[in-house]
Amino acid sequence: MDKPFNNKAWFLVLPVVILVAFSAVIPLMTVVNYSVQDTFGNNAFFWVGTEWFQEMITSERFHNSLIRQFMFTGIILAIEIPLGIFVALNMPKKGWGVPVSLVLMSLPLLVPWNVVGTIWQVFGREDIGLLGAALNGMGIDYNYTQNIFDAWATIIAMDVWHWTSLVALLCYAGLASIPEAYYQAAKIDGASRWATFRYIELPKMQRVLLIAFLLRFMDSFMIYTEPLVVTGGGPGNSTTLLSIDLVKMAIGQFDLGPAAAFSIIYFLIILLISWALYTIMTNYDKGESK
Amino acid sequence: MAEIHLKNLAHSYLPHPSGPSDYALKKIDHVWEDGKAYALLGPSGCGKSTLLNIISGLLTPSEGSVLFDGEDVTNLPTEKRHIAQVFQFPVVYDTMTVYDNLAFPLKNRGHDAKTIDQRVRDIAEMLEMTGELNKKARGLTADAKQKISLGRGLVRQNVSAILFDEPLTVIDPHLKWMLRMQLKALHKKTDRTMIYVTHDQTEALTFADKVVVMYEGDVVQMGTPQELFERPQHTFVGYFIGSPGMNVIPAHVEGNQAHIEGTTIQLNYGYKGMSGSNVEIGVRPEFTSLHEGGEGLPITIKRVEDVGRYKIVRADFFGREINITVPEGQPISERVNRVSFDPTRVNVYQGGWIVDGEAA
Repeated sequence: MDKPFNNKAWFLVLPVVILVAFSAVIPLMTVVNYSVQDTFGNNAFFWVGTEWFQEMITSERFHNSLIRQFMFTGIILAIEIPLGIFVALNMPKKGWGVPVSLVLMSLPLLVPWNVVGTIWQVFGREDIGLLGAALNGMGIDYNYTQNIFDAWATIIAMDVWHWTSLVALLCYAGLASIPEAYYQAAKIDGASRWATFRYIELPKMQRVLLIAFLLRFMDSFMIYTEPLVVTGGGPGNSTTLLSIDLVKMAIGQFDLGPAAAFSIIYFLIILLISWALYTIMTNYDKGESK
Repeated sequence: MAEIHLKNLAHSYLPHPSGPSDYALKKIDHVWEDGKAYALLGPSGCGKSTLLNIISGLLTPSEGSVLFDGEDVTNLPTEKRHIAQVFQFPVVYDTMTVYDNLAFPLKNRGHDAKTIDQRVRDIAEMLEMTGELNKKARGLTADAKQKISLGRGLVRQNVSAILFDEPLTVIDPHLKWMLRMQLKALHKKTDRTMIYVTHDQTEALTFADKVVVMYEGDVVQMGTPQELFERPQHTFVGYFIGSPGMNVIPAHVEGNQAHIEGTTIQLNYGYKGMSGSNVEIGVRPEFTSLHEGGEGLPITIKRVEDVGRYKIVRADFFGREINITVPEGQPISERVNRVSFDPTRVNVYQGGWIVDGEAA
């Protein structure tokens, strides 16, 4: 093939290169820069190589945050995905109930993160909060600022409240695309409700479920504002998730080197898992077209 | 396997139908024999899908009842009726293999593994799909998927009837022909009652023992392909079946003569009391012949279409089109100006419906 070759074409790419450089590459590189250097003040930095990375990887503090993060993400995925499917299956398919339920379901998604945090912070307070006061009034000892279990229950309930709608709406869209004939065929074949779900609805929802899973994984793995507003990472460090710990380290303690190494490891973990999910998704698509 | 009796059946989607036009399906009373293949033929919106859904149980008729072998199933849900249905778009269970798809209806009904295996293999053999049993159903072509849908009906031994709802719509033309032949062969082998809904006359005529022609919610004729061709009970059947359809010409009929625009033609039978403006005669293009002068209706030829095995002559008769088929190889002279009809093949209609004449 004879393609015209003209080096001037590079200038056409230049605006994008500059934009990406300022928005992504340069900020990321400053973090990389901090992660391999140390300072004793006066803006004098010296090279430490991979020391911060080694320290982070072996640090118990990082391990604990990571474990808490996986626990949090694991629990909310285990609740939100099945619950979202369940809600989608029970949403009305026609009539006036459709717009009503769609609007109601979208509401939590439109509330800003810090507002969600504030709502639950107040809602759960044992002195004036509706939930906290009611539970205590019923004789259940509930206090999310002192009890680790209560703190976890509160931030998980909050995330489920905030994001289950997203999973449900995606699943609803998946269900809406199933032709009526499939349900009729299942009836004729004598399929039970479970078999209809297992062999018709679930396979047809597979794509949207993978997207919902990926979105909820990434979002919950990076969660910061809501638990910070509610528990501030406490009691103790019990709800200190990765991003909260990172901010404490970088801004609170001003340990820029370790925090930079922390960020990069954090970033790589998200990248790796997202890549793995993406690969599964694209392989699934290939299987579909075969 | 069952005889299906549609007893005084009618259906309206409105809660309080007031006139005949409110009915999607007008009152019918038919017995469909066990083991025969029936085709419901008619244009879109003629009520054939309504009738099919009533038989399958997806719709409860507003009047009358459906009897399978004398047993009233009108209010039974689909899953209790022992029917199978093949839909317009192939329905397969994507994540299962072909084998599991075929086994699914039996598994759901709690048959033991050995019986299931035996039945599935028999049916796969019949459908010529033995080699594909372990393939995922997802990757198959549309015609293979339709065969699986059919197979899911065939594996069940107690199926009363298999219903087809325009099953060849999404199949490529050359596969359509093959699949139609296979369906026909399968019907012979299995002896199941089959009901086939279509708007394609070729499909209906090649598949069915009896064709049920529907028009505006009414069953206008039920008969063998030959009966539909030779004695259409209604002018609609005449137009709808045959290509081109029957020539229908308004006429004044008296005794055994029909007067059309000043020309008189002879009829084979005598008719009495045929007054009014809604009398027509119908004759198929196949039973007409062209002449130069002499008797017959005066016409002018507009164009000749050669469709291979025969030629279709489109002729003008007082602003009305008359179609004449001429065998391949027979020359058509430019001086041709008359068309005559085979008197034994001319039917007389009043208000759209056929009138039986008396031997003259």
